[in-house]
Amino acid sequence: MTTSNSLVYLIALPLLGATILLLAGRRADKWGHILGTLMSGSSFAVGLYQLSQMLGRSNTARPVEQKLFEWISVGSFKVDAGLLLDQLSICFVLLITGVGTLIHIYSISYMSHDHDRRRFFAYLNLFIAAMLLLVLGNSYLNLYVGWEGVGLASYLLIGFWNQKPAYATASKKAFVMNRVGDMGLSFAIMIAFATVGTVSFAGIKEHAHHTSTAALTAMGIMLLVAATGKSAQFPLQAWLGDAMAGPTPVSALIHAATMVTAGVYLITRSNFIFDAAPTAQLLVVIVGAITLLFGALIGTAKDDIKKALAASTMSQIGYMILGAGLGPVGYAFAIMHLLTHGFFKAGMFLGAGSVMHGMNDEVNMRKYGALRKFMPITFVTFGLGYLAILGVPPFAGFYSKDMIIETAFNAGGIKGILLGSVTLLGAGITAFYMTRVMILTFTGKARWDEEAHPHESPLLMWLPMAILAIGSVSSGYLLSRGDALVNWLSPLFEHHGEHEELLAPIVVSALALGMVAIGVAIAFLKYSRQEVASVAPENVSVFTKIAREDLMQDRFNEAVFMRPGQQLTQVLVKTDEAVIDGAVRGVGKLAMGSSSLLRGVQSGFVRSYAALIFVGAALLIAAIWVVVQ
Amino acid sequence: MNSLILLMLLPIIGSIAVAVTPKTKEVLTKQVALGTTVVVALATIAMAVNFQRDNVELQFVEKYSWIPTFGINFAVGIDGLALVLILMSTILAPIVVLAGWNEAHGGRWSVKTFYILILVLETMMIGVFVATDVFLFYVIFEAMLIPVYFLIGGYGSGERSAAAVKFLIYSLFGGLLMLASIIALYVMSGAQGGHTFDLQALSQLQMSSTTQNFLFLGFFIAFAIKAPLWPLHTWLPDAAASATPGTSVLLLGVLDKVGTFGMIRYCLTLFPEASKTFTPLIMVLAVISIVYGAILAIGQKDLKRLIAFTSISHFGFITMGIFAMTSQGHSGATLYMFNHGFSTAALFIVGGWMIARRGSSTIADFGGLQRVTPVMAWSFFLAGMSSLALPGLSSFVSEFLVLVGTFTRYPVHAVIATFGIVLAALYILIPVQKALHGPTTPGNEGLSDLNLREKIAIAPVIAIIIALGFYPSPLLNVINPASAHVIAQMGFTDPAPTNGDK
Repeated sequence: MTTSNSLVYLIALPLLGATILLLAGRRADKWGHILGTLMSGSSFAVGLYQLSQMLGRSNTARPVEQKLFEWISVGSFKVDAGLLLDQLSICFVLLITGVGTLIHIYSISYMSHDHDRRRFFAYLNLFIAAMLLLVLGNSYLNLYVGWEGVGLASYLLIGFWNQKPAYATASKKAFVMNRVGDMGLSFAIMIAFATVGTVSFAGIKEHAHHTSTAALTAMGIMLLVAATGKSAQFPLQAWLGDAMAGPTPVSALIHAATMVTAGVYLITRSNFIFDAAPTAQLLVVIVGAITLLFGALIGTAKDDIKKALAASTMSQIGYMILGAGLGPVGYAFAIMHLLTHGFFKAGMFLGAGSVMHGMNDEVNMRKYGALRKFMPITFVTFGLGYLAILGVPPFAGFYSKDMIIETAFNAGGIKGILLGSVTLLGAGITAFYMTRVMILTFTGKARWDEEAHPHESPLLMWLPMAILAIGSVSSGYLLSRGDALVNWLSPLFEHHGEHEELLAPIVVSALALGMVAIGVAIAFLKYSRQEVASVAPENVSVFTKIAREDLMQDRFNEAVFMRPGQQLTQVLVKTDEAVIDGAVRGVGKLAMGSSSLLRGVQSGFVRSYAALIFVGAALLIAAIWVVVQ
Repeated sequence: MNSLILLMLLPIIGSIAVAVTPKTKEVLTKQVALGTTVVVALATIAMAVNFQRDNVELQFVEKYSWIPTFGINFAVGIDGLALVLILMSTILAPIVVLAGWNEAHGGRWSVKTFYILILVLETMMIGVFVATDVFLFYVIFEAMLIPVYFLIGGYGSGERSAAAVKFLIYSLFGGLLMLASIIALYVMSGAQGGHTFDLQALSQLQMSSTTQNFLFLGFFIAFAIKAPLWPLHTWLPDAAASATPGTSVLLLGVLDKVGTFGMIRYCLTLFPEASKTFTPLIMVLAVISIVYGAILAIGQKDLKRLIAFTSISHFGFITMGIFAMTSQGHSGATLYMFNHGFSTAALFIVGGWMIARRGSSTIADFGGLQRVTPVMAWSFFLAGMSSLALPGLSSFVSEFLVLVGTFTRYPVHAVIATFGIVLAALYILIPVQKALHGPTTPGNEGLSDLNLREKIAIAPVIAIIIALGFYPSPLLNVINPASAHVIAQMGFTDPAPTNGDK
């Protein structure tokens, strides 16, 4: 394989930025944001250079590797600090550094009034570095470092304003739930080493064909557990809504465009495992299907614009996971939707940030309304993202989402019909809740308080939004033109026979558009024809109440895990003192003959204990003396 | 300088120098103590450079007749395992002295006495790892209790006397059992070719499996109390809660390692068959320690007790790695011993500074420190990340090696132990949230951030934690041959990849 010495700069530059900004402290307040943006931008430049190099080679010779040093080597467990840039990881590198740099630029303005802006940029750089390591590591253990690294960055950024207790709790919740998922990654790595004897992608791929299906299935399921944690998929999805406590650029970058899609990357990267483990693959599909509906339903009831978008992210990643579970044919479509989603969802989140910026950080959409007139650029860019997520042709989502729906229908038999229906239904619900967001925010009557003075955001904020909007419009077409992305990625995946088509693409598109039209129409009837209350109505159906409560996910976790866990902890703390320590004290008393003797020892003068030890030593000498004689 | 005995003498010489400093010049006393520990650390590093890492024989061997009547020698020598632990101990010593610059004030005795105790303890910390004569080991093993006892009882806080006594009685009890086993070994050596305490010679003794089992237990219980392993752990939280932070670092970071070191050096070497017999039981106790220590840590309200319980969980990992009998588990456990020393040191040192400033060790009394004392808060956070084994930090490498090495032979144990990583996230992030985040608790507004001395003290600890996370090879290269040697002597080979039994 081709080697390169410059891959490491992709990671090293933002890591250097983070280190400088954290160590320099307040001294860097004046220029910290500039340095952070430059570091992210340089990493993007390196990524573009790598892409140009790649394009110059034939399709099978494109991957490049860089071995940095031997990281861990014990017995046959050998892991290099090695990087791998292939057709899959370059997609992520450009997404992470490209969208990442735009969000750095946006944040210069968005965070300009924050006392701790430098620290914010340090965390952003740290995130970029960790996320790049995640997608560039050439083994599961290297990936693991990036995997938990982005978890750390996410924790720090969700809790950026952790002086508010609720935000601090949100960051802790995200970290802990992610660690549950990380446990799955640990297990997968352990199983890989115990059965295949290596943890590198190339090594496992090479040995996959003579590894038992049981072992591969176990690995696949554990990788899926990891993916559900990081990508907020059922049943580890409950942290994502709370993660909106972070500043909005963070929500756009980490909790929409990049980090939360790491699960999709993990499954796609592990295609050689999943292709040979149909049971694990089926579970992937089921998780994706459940989550895409789960997120969509939550999205219908949220009045907080960021939480509505977060629910949407969960749902859209559900599509990607479902697509990845339909590999080999689905991998490329999952990645395509991941990339287009990166544009339109990041764009909409930045739009939401722009709205908040103009509305005194208000997030309740019931306090918005009619903002179209005051924020025309935000309205247009957000609107293009809206058309993209709905899948209206020719916007980005039309290409990527329809491909997943089509693949789902073509999965064959009842499974295909079920999955296809779920994805269609999801498309309809998506259309409903996104239209609701558009109407509540941008149209109708103004419902804001008197002190709000909505205004358009400055250039540094709207420029990134505009660039992302271009992506929302064009990325789907560009990636699917002549099957560009499918062909680009194809050398990485097992080739597959032609699937039977249950429905022709044109039929799928028509069905999807029909569902979208229904969703849009219902939203219009419900929110555009009627007056929107500026306070959420209380007399709503039980379904709405459940949806507002995130389908009871927190109540479930609290009742099943948290409270029993807390009780167990309390019981054990008491038992440790009373029973275990008590037993030891009891034995001690017995050994000492009587409790009064023990008290005597305890209350005695300190020096007498020293004497006790010397007596012990003397006894030893005496005992040996006796033995020798 | 390549003499272990000279290395042992250096702190003693330093303690004499401390003793002759004038009583009125406390700063000079501290400077002499600090200077001594720095010299010892540099001398150890120099020895490490000369250590032949691929040579599995004991190196720097010295042997002097001590009590010829009984065949007792002052015999020393080190392998990779001992070298790593001595390095850890002597590097931690100056950090402890510098970090706890004012710890000796307010004690029962003078500042001078405090540093004499510390330096004498350092000599013993080196001695206990280098001894190759079982009698010498035993004497140092027991004698170490004395300075620690006085450091807790004389300079600690709260119920320091009671905690010191509890520590002493626990340890003496374990020591007594070990003594009985040592005497029995000595007697048997007399019957099989000549009385000796030489570890190498004693490992060749023939004995029935019943005898071996009993003698093994004598050693193992003593070490399990030190380590400490569930359910022999209850002295540790009390001791750690009462000791000064510096003493806690030496107690948990170094002295407790004598337990896990002893399991490898004495239990496995002297009683290989009994070790195998008891392995199933020990593995269960280790897994219980991992989970139990973590859950108890989550439930603590006192910062020092919390850190103590995290260590019980970590020692469970180390013990599990030792008895998994795979090269990854064993090397991982040894590396874990080293890494745990620094990560616990960071927690106790920074936690100690927080407690000293606030005047309370109750976690709920802190709050919002990130915005009052950012450097101190960051240091504590990084220490916590190391304790929960965040990838990229040193403890991840060792913890993962232990897990993966255990999994290949004991998958169920490894799986249960892995749940510990979720519990670790809780026991670190809960105090982090309570102490560092949220609004500033009234009374904390005026707390001062770390001064230059404190920054200099904590910087090398953090640097080591990060550097070894990315580049553990310098240590692994020393540890691997020693681990492989032990595993081979025990007659084990690493399980081959199963391909899922296809």
